[in-house]
Amino acid sequence: MSTPTPPEPTTLSDSVPALLEVKDLRIVYDSPRGPVEACSGVNMTVRPGEFVGIVGESGCGKSTLLYGIAQLHSAPARIAGGQVLFQGRDLVTTPVKELNDLRWRDLAVVMQSAMNALNPVRTIGDQFKDAILAHEKWSEERVRERSAEVLRLVSIDPVHLASYPHQLSGGMRQRAMIAMALLFTPDLIVMDEPTSALDVVAQRSLMVQIKELQQQLGFAVVFVTHDMSLVSHFSDRLLVMYAGQVVEFGPTRAVFDTPSHPYSKSLLDAFPSIRGPKVPLTGIPGDPPNLAHPPAGCRFNPRCPVVRERCRSEEPDLFTVSSVGPAPAVLSRCLAHHPSEPLGVELVPEVQSS
Amino acid sequence: MTPLLETRNLSHHFKVGSKLFSHQMLHAVDDVNLTINEREIVALVGESGSGKSTMARLLAQVYNPTAGQITFQGKDLAQLRGRKEKLQYRSDVPMVFQDPFASLNPVYKVSHGIMRGLKLHRPELDARERHEELLRVVSTVGLKPPEEIIERYPYELSGGQRQRIGFAQALAYRPKLILADEPVSMLDVSIRIGLLNVMAKMRDEEGVSILYITHDIASARYISDRVMVMYGGHVVESGPTETVLVDPQHPYTQLLLSAVPDPRAPLEITTEAAKAEPPAVIDPKPGCRFRARCPIAVDECDHLTPLLQPLGPDHKAACHVTAPATVAA
Repeated sequence: MSTPTPPEPTTLSDSVPALLEVKDLRIVYDSPRGPVEACSGVNMTVRPGEFVGIVGESGCGKSTLLYGIAQLHSAPARIAGGQVLFQGRDLVTTPVKELNDLRWRDLAVVMQSAMNALNPVRTIGDQFKDAILAHEKWSEERVRERSAEVLRLVSIDPVHLASYPHQLSGGMRQRAMIAMALLFTPDLIVMDEPTSALDVVAQRSLMVQIKELQQQLGFAVVFVTHDMSLVSHFSDRLLVMYAGQVVEFGPTRAVFDTPSHPYSKSLLDAFPSIRGPKVPLTGIPGDPPNLAHPPAGCRFNPRCPVVRERCRSEEPDLFTVSSVGPAPAVLSRCLAHHPSEPLGVELVPEVQSS
Repeated sequence: MTPLLETRNLSHHFKVGSKLFSHQMLHAVDDVNLTINEREIVALVGESGSGKSTMARLLAQVYNPTAGQITFQGKDLAQLRGRKEKLQYRSDVPMVFQDPFASLNPVYKVSHGIMRGLKLHRPELDARERHEELLRVVSTVGLKPPEEIIERYPYELSGGQRQRIGFAQALAYRPKLILADEPVSMLDVSIRIGLLNVMAKMRDEEGVSILYITHDIASARYISDRVMVMYGGHVVESGPTETVLVDPQHPYTQLLLSAVPDPRAPLEITTEAAKAEPPAVIDPKPGCRFRARCPIAVDECDHLTPLLQPLGPDHKAACHVTAPATVAA
């Protein structure tokens, strides 16, 4: 069995054309009390074969962003602006018929809860067949062969094609969902917390498997989770969202070792370690803001441990953090990284690796 | 000192199989000896299907044990007679559930559940005292301002706040021991720590013991005094939390520890064990239940069930390889 190598500092240069490029995407939920912006001008790129993690708390807009990427949002959500360029074509303006062709074949989605995403009254094999026949006119035999092949990829015995979802364990159901996404070996798989219903051991084994498949088949992954530590060993780059905005985007290692935004740092300090000294932790006080009335200035200011007066009025841009050497730049939405008049605060993590 | 709660060879088996006269038995909990002392948080750790929730339900008297005994404050639970004694036990040992979105009644204000418990379990309080107690428990679990929170409906609270209400309900009974079944696993990582702190505070300030059931061994380390690791219905390792986590002896404990995502540590090499599934313990034969996934299994593991062997002060493990029996059986 091959073991995943820890992600190198990403070697893909910026010259490689992006597989997915999200440009200034705004997604709004129309509510009786006025529009609520759950995604406020999100920019991100995913290169071919890259693993990008999106992290943030519940209600920060990470699932909305993912739905926006796959164009799966439905009313009251709507795209209020921006572009989603996938293989150079804007999905926002692509008609549904063409989207249907594209989905699953080139861009697949793995939903959060395998318990609800699989049809309980039909066998796994039946559901695989549905997905295949929606795109291809394959013979019964070819359908069966391909279904068995993808199940083997995720180490499930193909006899389970005849099983109903309830006959599989939670981990197997989630792996079957991933197998289903692999039917046409897409270029991009978007995953919405695929491991959140699993326990630690099953979660770890699923992550290892996703990474192995990715190295084997070369697809890119956008992985949404609220557990920052989960993706630490698997993602190439990490995008931290808060209140509908990107607050930090950079190589995973850089974000973990030297978080450039107080929110990323707080998230990182919020879970206990199993190694090193036992330190009392506080978590992040307060709740994420109501997006109908986001706070003025920096949206994190009411919960920020290093807040300054300026943060309450001046809204920070996504600044480039001065990086040392050739490492790819980290972007941070904190006034501490203002290019001309930086805020004098220290963001070094308190809990250093032991 | 008598422990607060003790189980002796506690077992619970479920009848399974689709046939009407099926005699297949699923051994959810087998021969568990558990002790919880006063003012102590004991963590029960294991993956899905290891029997930890069945343990909680046995202790909450949702299920009756197939075999074995539970004693609470020196008294056998099977000897409880009448509504009064049973009610007393339920108020001494309340339960907090996993899903804060399903465990609060959506049509009542959050004060409703707490008040019901107060009326039922503490009838000696008059209306004014009840209200004071309501405010006290709500602020103890860190919800501020309590006067405002109790007027809210569950949908107006976040997941973390709802779970705090769950603990406030339990606290209102003046419990001795709270059974907390995965109380934080449905919550965002960023708010879990707040709840764990509430649990530690309840132990330190209210003198409550807590049985903390979880699959997250890192959070167990953060708050628990002692830890018990369950696998396939058996306790495979137990001891003081730091001892067990610094020097885990059972290969399953080692697997659990290596599965915890820790960005501060390098990725450990995963073994095949991490990929396998937990066993369905239907009519088990003797032998170690972890043997199929165990990297260090020997012949003995196939036919002889390992027993818990003492390794150090209060530290025990059930493994033929790392904790061999001192006296040949």
